[in-house]
Amino acid sequence: MGVSESGLSGVVAELVGALGVERVITDRQRRRTYECDGLAAYRVIPGVVVLARDADDIAAAVRACARHGVPFVARGSGTGLSGGALPHAEGVLVVMSQMRAIREADVANQRAVVEPGVINLHLTAATSPDGYYFAPDPSSQSVCSIGGNVAENSGGAHCLKYGFTTNHVTGVDLVTPGGELVEIGGKAPDPPGYDLLGALVGSEGTLGIVTAATVRLTRLPQEVRTLLAAFRTMDDAGAATSAIIAAGVVPAAIEMMDALAIEAAEAAVHCGYPAGAGAVLVVELDGPAADVAGEFDDVVRLCEAAGAFEVRVAADDDERALIWKGRKSAFAAVGRISPDYIVQDGVIPRTALPLVLRQIAELGESAGVRVANVFHAGDGNLHPLVLFDGAVEGAVDRAEAVAGGILDLCLEHGGSITGEHGVGADKAKHMPRMFTADDLDTMQAVRCAFDPDGISNPGKVFPTPRLCGERPGRHQGAHPLTESGVAEVF
Amino acid sequence: MADLGRLADALRQHGGEVREAGPDDVVDGVPATAVARPASAEGVAAVLREATAQGMATVARGAGTALDWGAPPERADLILDTTGLDRLVEHGAGDLVVVAEAGLPVSSLLETVRGAAQELVVDLPPGRLVGGSTVGGLLSTGASGPRRLQRGGVRDLVLGATVVLADGTRASSGGKVVKNVAGYDLAKLLTGAYGTLGIVVRAAFRLHPVRPDRAFVVGSGPLADVAARARDVVASQLAPAAVEIDRPAGSDVAEVAVLLEGTGDAVGQRAGAVAGLVGGRVQDGPPGWWAELPGVSVGGSSRVEPVETGVSTSLTSGGSTGGVPRVEPVETRGVTLAKATATLTGVAALLTAARDAEQRYDVGIALRGTAAGVLHAAVTGTPEATALAVGHLRAAAPSPREGTVTVLRASREVRTAIDAWGPVGGLDLMRAIKRQLDPGRNLAPGRFVGGI
Repeated sequence: MGVSESGLSGVVAELVGALGVERVITDRQRRRTYECDGLAAYRVIPGVVVLARDADDIAAAVRACARHGVPFVARGSGTGLSGGALPHAEGVLVVMSQMRAIREADVANQRAVVEPGVINLHLTAATSPDGYYFAPDPSSQSVCSIGGNVAENSGGAHCLKYGFTTNHVTGVDLVTPGGELVEIGGKAPDPPGYDLLGALVGSEGTLGIVTAATVRLTRLPQEVRTLLAAFRTMDDAGAATSAIIAAGVVPAAIEMMDALAIEAAEAAVHCGYPAGAGAVLVVELDGPAADVAGEFDDVVRLCEAAGAFEVRVAADDDERALIWKGRKSAFAAVGRISPDYIVQDGVIPRTALPLVLRQIAELGESAGVRVANVFHAGDGNLHPLVLFDGAVEGAVDRAEAVAGGILDLCLEHGGSITGEHGVGADKAKHMPRMFTADDLDTMQAVRCAFDPDGISNPGKVFPTPRLCGERPGRHQGAHPLTESGVAEVF
Repeated sequence: MADLGRLADALRQHGGEVREAGPDDVVDGVPATAVARPASAEGVAAVLREATAQGMATVARGAGTALDWGAPPERADLILDTTGLDRLVEHGAGDLVVVAEAGLPVSSLLETVRGAAQELVVDLPPGRLVGGSTVGGLLSTGASGPRRLQRGGVRDLVLGATVVLADGTRASSGGKVVKNVAGYDLAKLLTGAYGTLGIVVRAAFRLHPVRPDRAFVVGSGPLADVAARARDVVASQLAPAAVEIDRPAGSDVAEVAVLLEGTGDAVGQRAGAVAGLVGGRVQDGPPGWWAELPGVSVGGSSRVEPVETGVSTSLTSGGSTGGVPRVEPVETRGVTLAKATATLTGVAALLTAARDAEQRYDVGIALRGTAAGVLHAAVTGTPEATALAVGHLRAAAPSPREGTVTVLRASREVRTAIDAWGPVGGLDLMRAIKRQLDPGRNLAPGRFVGGI
């Protein structure tokens, strides 16, 4: 479907009429506030911004878009790292940050019903006095919204044991791209029919806008114990990780950092990690006290056997917080040691870690680019930080080549191009390296079932849009309808 | 009329066979015309492309242990027998991942991964496991068992799948790593879809290490008490692996059984604490009904072999050689099997509603499942009375958001007397998905919600 200036102005006129001028931002300077999400390399000033108060506002906005063939994009806190909430220049940006009500914390049923703008950590704060928390905890949990978590199927350090957002959503209210409000699932498990929740969670806003989510609340563990183990080499830390998994222990988290990442964290937050460490592991166990005590001893022993020269056990919450502070600040801290950097988000089978880390190091050395590694060792989700100085000629290209090369390594080893940050606008071009044309066509067929006009967050996830109604098949070069000016590529 | 010659031609270069259907090739009362048994994913694609081109309706069949679940298909011109795809593709023990073809019996998969002290925590009913239930059947029926309390259902354990669509397109989604958000999670969409969107040919699953020790705590009491005690255990910090409730038909009392997994002393300590909460006793093995669907005889406790502790066995360990309680399915005709979901607090109302319905409508309702709110009901009675009883169970939940009852297996008469699926949220979206992936309705037409 084509987009025209008159389409957008028609939508603006309708929205101002329905929602009032104060909720519809047309001023260019104010629209610029929303020009990017957490991936600032991509910037687009949205055509118009709508500040939604409730599902009716969202449905009104989406219906207007559907009538005029105008694209829309939903945005929560804007912390996404793949440009998933990148606005459309000729489209509507629906901002959810005013929808922050925890409608119900039904502790007796271990469920909460929340609006999409609720901050992840706020739900935990609201329910922990009753002994519960919301388990999915991306590193941005103090600012990211649950709607964004649902869109991106966010993970975090603890998903090795507790699963991803998709394992914690039992119901949603959805405004379909046609503007219809549909209730899917609820507080009870296993709603009948196709697993629409499975398709929706992680679909990056391409199947509609979630206006409320029913999520699981998880019982706080009786005991949490955290240790920091320092190793001379990454290989030793990797061996310790393998030994822990092989012993049948499923820690709440196993995180690894290399020397460069440690250096950055020290420079930023003075976390006091052991001097001379070529790698550190942060291992956290939680559960019933008796089990944690026994398994924790095993983990200490396994780390020492793998060559840990220092193991620090957090004696209290403060020490635990300090151990985590180094890890959680690592991304931002890299700014202290490098003017610019690219965060990569590839995944490999965990057993390939030692080999892939060596290959990443070689890749960096041959290109003359430094790479710091911070990652979820338990599930093989790498976050290499590719450092560069944008002021140096050619540095950006070299860094991007290394970042792309790392993704190739992940795919060669049977992994994925994204473990938790999403495909968004950033990695859409990489999708054909992981999936065949038939795979992508099939995914797009599902998209067409929800969004026949292709107006829900277009340009994300898929490298080329498929026009619904056409038969899947090979397309080379520009789409004929695009070329003839009948349709535009969003 | 089906052209079997052309179907066979389609398979020729891929291996496998095509034959005319025999008297046993029936899908829930609907006789088939032909049976194709390809030996590879390419063969499945070739056969489906040809069958769909001929306008045939195709129904996938594994071991057939749940072939009469879901509504009977409108037609079943071709049965696509998946048992020729029986390879275990990859067991990445260090990565806790297994990849298997659709026709592999789940018991074989379990046996392989048990060699590395690992398991796929789906807890398929022993009756299905012994019957050779396949990986494809596990996915298509969206199975779950007692340990879904902590680990989730099979939809939470599937990491990726390869499917063949009606037109022969082969498509994969997900992958074989635990953490992966690239693209849509089509494996979940296909889970529980009863073969109406595509035929799964291969899937990857997340495994868990077998915990070295286990203990069961079993107690019983009046329905409301049992529900309350089960809830107390679920809400405790004792991290139970499973909390199951069993209410036999006609009974005012129910049993609660809690499974604790972990390491020696720690499990013992927790079991003691649970025994205090439920007022029950600690025992090494499960009760005879554990993980089995209601309405299936478990043959009495004397025929239940004890489940050994230690890493060499697990509840889901396969076939007739493991520590599985021996069960023999009894004659199930006349028994309607339904799946009833509830909230944690709604389980009590469901138990009470079953007792009420029995007294009102002259039916028997055996109810069994997890206190987390996924239970199965075996209803015995006339079709009219069964329909009324299912309606009564549905009314136990204040709204479909808080509980649903869907009929899985039933006679034609029962299916005529009641809407087997009940209210379904998002039905229009489901129909649209079906139209996109199977526009000609060539896969198991009529088998799913809303006549899909």
